[in-house]
Amino acid sequence: MSDVTLDRSATRWAGQSDEDTAPADLNFGNVPPASTRDQDDPEVRAGQEARLRHVWAEPKGWRYWSAVNNTEVGLWYTATSFAFMLFAGVLGLMMRVQLAAPDTDFLTASFYNQVYTLHGTVMMFLFAVPIFEAVAIILLPQMLGARDLPFPRLSAFGYWCFLIGGVFVCGSIFFGAAPEGGWFMYPPLTTQERFSPGYGPDIWLLGLSFIEVASIAAAVELIVGTLKCRPPGMRLNLMPLYAWYVLVVAGMILFAFPPLIAGDILFELERLFNWPFFDPERGGDPMLWQHLFWIFGHPEVYIVFLPAIALLAMIIPTFAQRPIVGYSFIVLAAVGTGFLSFGLWVHHMFATGLPAISLGFFSAASEAVAIPTAVQIFVFLATLLAGRVVRAVPMLFVSGALAIFVIGGLTGVMVALAPFDWQAHDTYFVVAHLHYVLLGGMLFPVVAGVYYFWPMMGGRRLSDRLGKIAFWLMFVGFNTAFLPMHWSGLIGMPRRVWTYPEGIGLELPNLISSIGAFVFAAGFLTVVWDVLRPRKGEPYAERNTWNAGTLEWLAEVPDEAWGVRSVPIVTSRYPLWYQKNLMADVDMGRFYMPDAEEGMRETMVTSVLDAEPVQCLRVPGPTFMTFWAAIFLGAVFILATFHLWTLTLITAVFAVVAILVWLWRGTALQPEKDQKDVGLGLKLPLYKSGPQSVGWWAMFITMTGDATAFVSLVFGYFFYFTVSPVFPPPMMAGEEIGPGLTWPLISLGLFAASWLAAIFARNTNSKGSVGTARLLMGGGVLLSLAASAAILWGPYVTGLVPTVHVYPATVWVLAIWTACHGAAGALMLAYCLARSLAGRMTPAHDIDIVNVALYWHFMAGTALVTTATIALFPLAV
Amino acid sequence: MATGNKTRDNLWTLITPPAIWAGHFLVSYGSVAYGCAPNVDVFQTIGGFRIFVGGLTVVALAAIGFLFVRALGEWRRNDGRIPHDEDTAAVRERFLEFSTVLLAGLSFIAVVYTALPAALMVDCR
Repeated sequence: MSDVTLDRSATRWAGQSDEDTAPADLNFGNVPPASTRDQDDPEVRAGQEARLRHVWAEPKGWRYWSAVNNTEVGLWYTATSFAFMLFAGVLGLMMRVQLAAPDTDFLTASFYNQVYTLHGTVMMFLFAVPIFEAVAIILLPQMLGARDLPFPRLSAFGYWCFLIGGVFVCGSIFFGAAPEGGWFMYPPLTTQERFSPGYGPDIWLLGLSFIEVASIAAAVELIVGTLKCRPPGMRLNLMPLYAWYVLVVAGMILFAFPPLIAGDILFELERLFNWPFFDPERGGDPMLWQHLFWIFGHPEVYIVFLPAIALLAMIIPTFAQRPIVGYSFIVLAAVGTGFLSFGLWVHHMFATGLPAISLGFFSAASEAVAIPTAVQIFVFLATLLAGRVVRAVPMLFVSGALAIFVIGGLTGVMVALAPFDWQAHDTYFVVAHLHYVLLGGMLFPVVAGVYYFWPMMGGRRLSDRLGKIAFWLMFVGFNTAFLPMHWSGLIGMPRRVWTYPEGIGLELPNLISSIGAFVFAAGFLTVVWDVLRPRKGEPYAERNTWNAGTLEWLAEVPDEAWGVRSVPIVTSRYPLWYQKNLMADVDMGRFYMPDAEEGMRETMVTSVLDAEPVQCLRVPGPTFMTFWAAIFLGAVFILATFHLWTLTLITAVFAVVAILVWLWRGTALQPEKDQKDVGLGLKLPLYKSGPQSVGWWAMFITMTGDATAFVSLVFGYFFYFTVSPVFPPPMMAGEEIGPGLTWPLISLGLFAASWLAAIFARNTNSKGSVGTARLLMGGGVLLSLAASAAILWGPYVTGLVPTVHVYPATVWVLAIWTACHGAAGALMLAYCLARSLAGRMTPAHDIDIVNVALYWHFMAGTALVTTATIALFPLAV
Repeated sequence: MATGNKTRDNLWTLITPPAIWAGHFLVSYGSVAYGCAPNVDVFQTIGGFRIFVGGLTVVALAAIGFLFVRALGEWRRNDGRIPHDEDTAAVRERFLEFSTVLLAGLSFIAVVYTALPAALMVDCR
């Protein structure tokens, strides 16, 4: 191979295409170190700006869709979420037309079921949660003065997953194939063919499982972003409040979404293979689904609410023109709500016949969560009272949000009382309550955020006049639509009914609600028009147009792709208010990283508590690999829905290959030098492995979520143990209990050996014994595959048939989970071996094996718990 | 730097009080649900489980109370005043201490709330 070919391959492997060759005058690679440059020299600055602009430029033409930068991906994410929201809004209006008068037949009963199921599903899964991720991906790096989040390609991958899954779920209604079981899909209504024929529930489950992958990807990105990518000096006590909320909410996603994934697995196994998890005739219990769904579902309400309130925490200080009153109290509220919201799930199940004492615990926690929630409201009111409030459209939406949310919160305290809930359960009273909470707590703040942040995104302010019209239409329309629902609910109108008879007093409240819904929709369309209308002739807004104090308002008008001209040193909570000349110094490149000397995208990594600089992180640029990975993974889920197993397996292989290619080319790249001068005399390493690297954190956080899903499955096993009279069920004489002892213990031994192999591979590699390390990695692959086979062999040889009873089914599901993770662990070790052989992993550059060893700690724990549960526990009872 | 023989606060110490609440909540609910399963005899008494929850509550309250007193004491000795918006590691430490105080207070109340059903209800009705 000639040198030219080598160089070209190297750049291609580095994720750059051949066409990307830079113009010679940018002088990449020959620029003097940043600390030696004179920032007052306009020529120096022009060169730096040209390089930054080139490096961060969005790809041209059709390659635009290979962009991974947070500004592009965040914008797509936001636009797509709003598109889904409008779609679900139309579904809502169709429901209101159907219910406007008694005994109408605008929609058939079956189609009405599809419409309300999709309305709820799309609003929750495709708007309320993703809009948080979307907005955070745009805003968080800006607020932290970062160039980008640490894993831009992960964000892009998440976005494509979201788009594919969302279109799949929404599209089903055009074929009359949408799910009909309501947005929480209670079995056995939804699991049994005789009640729910067709593909509806499968589309719901597989489509949404796929989107949950996207949410967890975003959570990983946002937690690492908040903890490790703050600007130097931004200690925990100086973080913008938005970042606190993002941290809490992303942490909540990590513990809330995996139980639903576990539930989805059980649910799909029942739908596709007739494993009886929710079938009482064979020992199953539909209540397990309700538990798993609401362990997800209730925290989700706060996952939706907290980020929107976080927007208020940014908007209110700006318009009060003073710092927030009671910063620590907001932190208390965010963290406190984050925890307490996990103790509320059974309040959705008050009417299921659980013992009153169990209900009591959840009723108590539901009342307690009102405390931190109210603290935030009082902090906002106090800030407004202490400042001099500037009147503006965003503040109009903020005040509307507070008013509506407080009403919803108060009805929430009412339904948190079990005896009251028994009266109102599954009536329009609950529909009214949840819409007051979600629209007051989420939609109004998000619209306030649109009006507030639009000048940063679009360069111009939105219209004051249209904003006021939109607000009043929305506010009046909302209350007209939803206030009467309290009344119709107390009269006794159940939610989800397709129609109602005349003469029981429901005509008037329903007609008023329907009129209100259309007024509200007119208001929201006004907002959409205001955002989309052409405004070529209008002047740009001035920079930092609202005179805010936080770093996102450093954004240039019109926007520059580099995010921030230089990474500032932060010494206060509102740097733009309290740090003199900050904006000018940032613009002059007087802070860190004012240049892209080597033509690479870079951002700064700092320490968790005090944000001391630790690394100059190279972040990857545009690629289509994330797009392909999402396409193939999406195909796996979609083909599985229609039981096309061969194609499912083929696309699964493609998906794995796409992900491996993405990792191989774009992660753990060895830099051309060990450290780099980032300006102001500071030299930072370019490569870090272990707990100081962002990749290690991402693995740790991902595996925490994974462990939560696993714990949910184990919870399922013990749940059946608790509710069954005899568990494991009685067996014939001479039969072994469950999967026996031999094979699970052999498997555990093999897993332990491969865990040790992974750890010693890491240690020997870092000590320089590359040969030993390679041997250990190869051995680990074989041991791990053998262990995975052994854990499956146990239940197979003892003849456990999963379709007969729920006991064998739970054993199988735990064994399969462990075997799949073992196979993934083997793949990771094989990947490390290949990296080592290709010279891409060395003793000094060992991110891959360090992260894989971390994976193996979790893997070992999984194997231990599985064996203890399926093999040892039955002996003890 | 605020060190000496004091606790160095971080994000883990911050979330310890609510984590104690979570543990108390889960064990309280889990034990009683186990005691009442499979929910057939609604008049079955659960005295033993109520005593267990009571004992657990005392332990949880004591632990949270200890964290409250510790954080409050350190915050006071560390020049306790608000706001915590200065650019020093000492103020960051003080901020975490104060936030821990607030969270411990909330967790204390929440644990008391959680214990109330076990105090008031005598059977599995």
